[in-house]
Amino acid sequence: MSGKKKDEIIYDHNNDGIDRRGFLKCMAWAGTGAFCVMQGGVLKSYALSRMPETNPRDTMGELSFVQISDSHMGFNKAANPDVAATLKVAVDKINALPTAPEFMLHTGDISHLSKPEEFDTVDQILKGAKPKDVFYVPGEHDVLNDDGKQFLERYGKGSKGDGWYSFDKKGVHFIGLVNVMNLKAGGLGALGHDQLEWLEDDVKHLKSSTPIVVFAHIPLWSVYPEWGWGTEDSAQALAYLKKFGSVTVLNGHIHQTLQKVEGNVTFHTAASTAFPQPQPGKADSPGPMKVPAEQLRSILGITDVNYVQGQHALAVVDSTLA
Amino acid sequence: MRRSVFVVVAGALLAIGLVASVEGRRGFAFSAQDKTSMTEVKIDNFSFGPSALTVSVGTTVTWVNRDDIPHTVVSTDDAKTFKSKVLDTDEKFSYTFGKAGAYPYFCSIHPKMTGKVIVQ
Repeated sequence: MSGKKKDEIIYDHNNDGIDRRGFLKCMAWAGTGAFCVMQGGVLKSYALSRMPETNPRDTMGELSFVQISDSHMGFNKAANPDVAATLKVAVDKINALPTAPEFMLHTGDISHLSKPEEFDTVDQILKGAKPKDVFYVPGEHDVLNDDGKQFLERYGKGSKGDGWYSFDKKGVHFIGLVNVMNLKAGGLGALGHDQLEWLEDDVKHLKSSTPIVVFAHIPLWSVYPEWGWGTEDSAQALAYLKKFGSVTVLNGHIHQTLQKVEGNVTFHTAASTAFPQPQPGKADSPGPMKVPAEQLRSILGITDVNYVQGQHALAVVDSTLA
Repeated sequence: MRRSVFVVVAGALLAIGLVASVEGRRGFAFSAQDKTSMTEVKIDNFSFGPSALTVSVGTTVTWVNRDDIPHTVVSTDDAKTFKSKVLDTDEKFSYTFGKAGAYPYFCSIHPKMTGKVIVQ
């Protein structure tokens, strides 16, 4: 896959030939991260490893940032014995981008076991990245044993509740949500009443033309509920975002890139910088996928997202670490 | 002091040829008829095996994580009767069930993983 030049997949919202409700997916086994660029109100996402083969002019926009996810620092099993090394490669790719992204989003599972040294290692590696600001949301692996106390102390300054918050960058409203706390037996990810109320209030005053980017760890759409890949009360959250013309949802958790377009909302999941997980339902369980060592780096990646104004098409390219 | 009492009592028991709960050393005195037993639940491939386990009162159940991903064992009741720390690969958690009843539990990291211990 890494040998292919043209792996760009474009989902054109305006073309009626595409089933919008369909499950539009890209199984590009690639990308420890996404380069995201906002171009006229629409967000474009590129896997970092494909950036070198992409025309820099196509990836210019009013705002660009990078999404990385699921670094699982501390994981050391066969699927990837050196998760620090693969995260470093992701950082190298970010630093090699023709346009330095303004900031990074980390969509959770920073650590594998919530150990202080795991967070420290990730912090240290990410310090080597050109973008200095990193915005985090926790994954379930970041809030083990202490209900997220340590996560909040490290990354939750100025956040509400279990760590949710919003901020504005160049006219784009970013919302970081937490859906890994107080999970119920047999259930999925959950946002909870307090956070939903906050969200309703947070977006109430915004103009409907404001581009919205929501990021959270567990997908806010039903990727595969049988494996817990979805969020119980995400429909309520999305209902509060109905009035907006452009909503992009960025998630992690499932260690693979998938996309779906539904009405005004485009959903993306990012690959893990650590290890891949199987496609929904294609294995007995969602455990780490073991791939030959020489292939691992071509499977892990980074996604870059661009925000595009006046063009209702979403392009996603995933970049591998190889 | 205790030791000497024990020796005397043990001698008396030997003489009578009975093993009974004469003295205050409960652990010793009851060990012969104690129902205590050990049972293991294996965590593997994102599931608890067996997912439903029936044991008698006093049984200590040990969960062993044989998966390459961490899991937890948390009872679903509000009081959280039992709750393990996160168990990495090959780590164990034990709980002794002192009362009869049904004890549903789950992995709080992967809530689709559920199991139940029935204590009779």
